[in-house]
Amino acid sequence: MAEIPLSHILFVTTALFFIGMYGLFTRRNMITMLMSVELILNSVNINFVVFNKYLYPDKLDGVFFTIFIITIAAAEAAVAIAIIINLYRSHRSIDVETAEEMKW
Amino acid sequence: MTASQIIFYILSAFILGTAVLSVTTNKIFRSAIWLLFSLIGIAGLYFWLKVEFIAAVQIVVYVGGIVVLIIFSIFLTQQAGKEMPKPPIVRSVASVLAVLFGFALSYFLIYKNEFKAGDKPFDWSVHKIGNQMLATGENGYALPFEVVSILLLAAMVGCIVIAIKSKPEEKNG
Repeated sequence: MAEIPLSHILFVTTALFFIGMYGLFTRRNMITMLMSVELILNSVNINFVVFNKYLYPDKLDGVFFTIFIITIAAAEAAVAIAIIINLYRSHRSIDVETAEEMKW
Repeated sequence: MTASQIIFYILSAFILGTAVLSVTTNKIFRSAIWLLFSLIGIAGLYFWLKVEFIAAVQIVVYVGGIVVLIIFSIFLTQQAGKEMPKPPIVRSVASVLAVLFGFALSYFLIYKNEFKAGDKPFDWSVHKIGNQMLATGENGYALPFEVVSILLLAAMVGCIVIAIKSKPEEKNG
């Protein structure tokens, strides 16, 4: 375990975060944007656990933050999908470009 | 190179590869399946870190819950085999540049930072987590626990209210 330095794990999580950002920038479909957000949240979760394990091994706060983030992500995904389905019912499309009447 | 290191690098390559495929593929159903593989790889990374509890929570909530929910909503809202339109080339190039710049900056800061590693062994157990989760004193997480439970209730009610079918006469009015 100790033979992997912390920076290698942080490389993976940083790359995962920015892959999610790329998806968020390029996609225009709401479900795929939601998937990108899930990737971002997962990279943050790994960060919390790894910092907890490597830097403050006598505490458990990182694990608690991860548990709470997973819970909130589940609630967020459920609400987002309810909104998406409702939007699809009224617009017959889940592209963000077509849902612009609340912008102004 | 020990077996533990090899496993870590294989897991990392698996996670990043499937994540890239998930955000770049043009078919939305394949995108969801690649996301599923990526989340399973992340659960494997938690197993590698020896935090089996978080790995189990990851598999139950993400793989078993959120991905299934996403696949359901894909089936409800569009044809699964249909190709999504490709993003314009300008947007792709600009996104790649922005993402590469952000990654370089973040990783430069991480690389330059000296992390002071703790010297004690990492000992967690479900027993300790449960005790601290419901403790009200110092370092206790009883208040966030209650807040999250209220949030889950609110999200559940909110989902039903948002997605409920309105009656036809209300729709026109």
